[in-house]
Amino acid sequence: MLRVLLVGIFLAAAPSLPSPALAVQPDEILKDPALEKRARVISRDLRCLVCQNQSIDDSDAPLAKDLRVLVRDRLKKGETNTQVVDFVVSRYGEFVLLKPRFALHTLILWLAAPLIFFIGVFVMFRSYRRRAVEAKESGSKSLSAKEKRDLSKLLKES
Amino acid sequence: MIAEVGHFALILALGVALVQTVLPIWGAQRGDLAMMNVGSSAAQGQLALLLVAFIGLTIAYVTSDFSLQNVVQNSHSAKPMLYKISGVWGNHEGSMLLWVLILALFGSAVALFGRNLPPDLKANVLGVQGSISVAFLTFIITTSNPFTRIHPAPFEGQGLNPILQDPALSFHPPFLYMGYVGFSIAFSFAVAALITGRIDPAWARWVRPWTLAAWMFLTIGISMGSWWAYYELGWGGWWFWDPVENASFMPWLAGTALLHSALVMEKRDALKVWTVLLAILAFSLSLMGTFLVRSGVLTSVHSFAVDPARGVFILAIMVLFTGGALALFASRAGLLRQGGLFAPVSREGALVLNNLLITTACAAVFVGTLYPLALEAVTGAKISVGPPFFNATFGPLMIPLLIAMPYGPFLSWKRGDILGASQRLWVAAFFTLLAIIAAYAVSGSGPWLAPLGIGLGMWVIMGAISEVGFRAKAFRAPLDEVLRRLRNLPRSAYGAAVAHIGIGVMVLGIVATTAWQSEKIVALSPGQTASIAGYELKFAGVVPAQGPNYSEQVGQFVVSRGGKEVTRLLPSKRLYSAPETATTEAGILGAWTGDLYVVLGDALKDGAFSVRFYFNPLVRLIWIGTIIMFLGGLISLSDRRLRVGAPKRARVRAAQVVPAE
Repeated sequence: MLRVLLVGIFLAAAPSLPSPALAVQPDEILKDPALEKRARVISRDLRCLVCQNQSIDDSDAPLAKDLRVLVRDRLKKGETNTQVVDFVVSRYGEFVLLKPRFALHTLILWLAAPLIFFIGVFVMFRSYRRRAVEAKESGSKSLSAKEKRDLSKLLKES
Repeated sequence: MIAEVGHFALILALGVALVQTVLPIWGAQRGDLAMMNVGSSAAQGQLALLLVAFIGLTIAYVTSDFSLQNVVQNSHSAKPMLYKISGVWGNHEGSMLLWVLILALFGSAVALFGRNLPPDLKANVLGVQGSISVAFLTFIITTSNPFTRIHPAPFEGQGLNPILQDPALSFHPPFLYMGYVGFSIAFSFAVAALITGRIDPAWARWVRPWTLAAWMFLTIGISMGSWWAYYELGWGGWWFWDPVENASFMPWLAGTALLHSALVMEKRDALKVWTVLLAILAFSLSLMGTFLVRSGVLTSVHSFAVDPARGVFILAIMVLFTGGALALFASRAGLLRQGGLFAPVSREGALVLNNLLITTACAAVFVGTLYPLALEAVTGAKISVGPPFFNATFGPLMIPLLIAMPYGPFLSWKRGDILGASQRLWVAAFFTLLAIIAAYAVSGSGPWLAPLGIGLGMWVIMGAISEVGFRAKAFRAPLDEVLRRLRNLPRSAYGAAVAHIGIGVMVLGIVATTAWQSEKIVALSPGQTASIAGYELKFAGVVPAQGPNYSEQVGQFVVSRGGKEVTRLLPSKRLYSAPETATTEAGILGAWTGDLYVVLGDALKDGAFSVRFYFNPLVRLIWIGTIIMFLGGLISLSDRRLRVGAPKRARVRAAQVVPAE
């Protein structure tokens, strides 16, 4: 959606701008509110194929409308959410999913952040251990009697 | 003529930037003070020259000088004055000119306010700044020159994209760039420190105000973009995890982490290596953001390949600076000796956790934004990564971060007491519980997690207030002592608390509007009424109207509540003439409880219109939260310790310590 901004500001290519307007039309809405709710949930995760990063729920492109109607038709036939999504994917490919499935080719996508987190924890832990050991070896000398006296004097003054 | 002056100034600025790059760094190597001092004058000269260039282009826009190709492509004589001016940076060439202007502004500010810096550090910092200028000025002059003439000059320009003709959006890019480019200072300081091989708490104290200023501008810039998307695009959404948004969000995350790690470095001389790395990363991510949006690589890998000159150039700049800095880091980081030790449960430990979570979140955004591009380039397979992915990966990282946030300031340095901190947070915990119960009672429906989210927001807010209260000994000491303590608390403590409150307020807004937004899509004929969230909206038909450079169809809605008329909302559909574009203007009634948001859709048969109503509860808290965060930064910046030169204080303290031994 801020793609609009991108195109406008940075490429100055006005013709490809989507015009913001209504997406879901009143006549598309199913009579059964529970079914309609499920349709909305499904549409939010399906990409409008001709748009940039817009779900079919947000887009006013004709293709998005077709997909919304398709989703609702399948739901009316009594299919589960998974069956509907599977059908759309079988027809349009994985590109249609805004949240890619966990598979071999999306391994890095899904695992990168957790991996970085655990590497971070590991590095922190190791550097903590190493420095704790170093500190022990270099000997954290306790203060001499005179130093202790000076310290308490300083603390009293402040 | 004016355009030629601007053009000439731009080329001169490149020459001055070259001088600024070479002489100060060379001088610092030889210990030649005169050569080092050239940096300051060069930085001022560069700013003056770029101002001339920028003003030259602005005059061309204001006077609609259609002999400049850039003006022809992006302006129109009938455009309102505000958008003639904002049109200067509403396009590729002009916005790059703004980029280098802001870079020069920051450079000259370092030259001006950095009088307390050791001369060799200052020279190196200005030298590195200069080298960034050289790269971008070369880029502008060779591939994106805004002063290119066109012959014969047309009588009229093509106009600025109407969707960008908006007050909030006019100032969105300058703020965003102030943020992006502001991180260049932290970057230059990091590289300079690596060159000299010296780095100490004073370094962190110099870097922090610059980072803080950049962070504040970026916060406001992102917030403005989000606000614009909310009311202009007509979807009622405020954040879309669009790659362009992500491009600005990643430097913000890295900058936020940097602010916190620099704090540890300043106070405890620890986390040096990490802080330097973050300073490099924050600006590298800014460069990457610039690359992503400028090169067209986001629209598709193919559009990048069609016109690669600009994209490859920025890519080269990015690789040069990021790669160069990282290589320098790899070879020099070993020299940076680590300072103070700390236990895992301590203020330092809390800030490390903050850094770990924010950095991981940043990585999640990074991978999600770039992975589809990388996959397509490598295997040709196309996948989409959209909001559901980011919500699933980014969201879970924020929950522990927000839970831990109030603990940080309550833990002491070196070794903290988590039980004691919990006890001191009981008031915050009490209010959190209260907020959760109230949220359950008021909402009645909606996702069961939502009240817990409200509790989380309250926890962060009350945690920040408790911290100030604890430090002032509120309710534990006589009132006059509490007041005295409140007065004597450093401004930076207030700043941090206020910024944290801003985060909490934003969380409240995000949770409420995400969980309890209500929506209604109906076909309405004139005279019919719809109701949403306690409001009654009577549709009184559509009236045509004429604006300065557009014509519009204005829907008339009489809004009433409990039978009493509250206001009229006038959502419209506009058709701009140059360039011909349709836009939607939502009708919004803002209130403390939430926004009533009306969008007029297409005409249906028999005189009816499709209309979409939203009620977005507490949605304004999102942007109010960002303003509070900005104010927190401002309060912190006004702290004496940051204004007064750090080295003086450090020397004074050193002088005090010596005789005591």
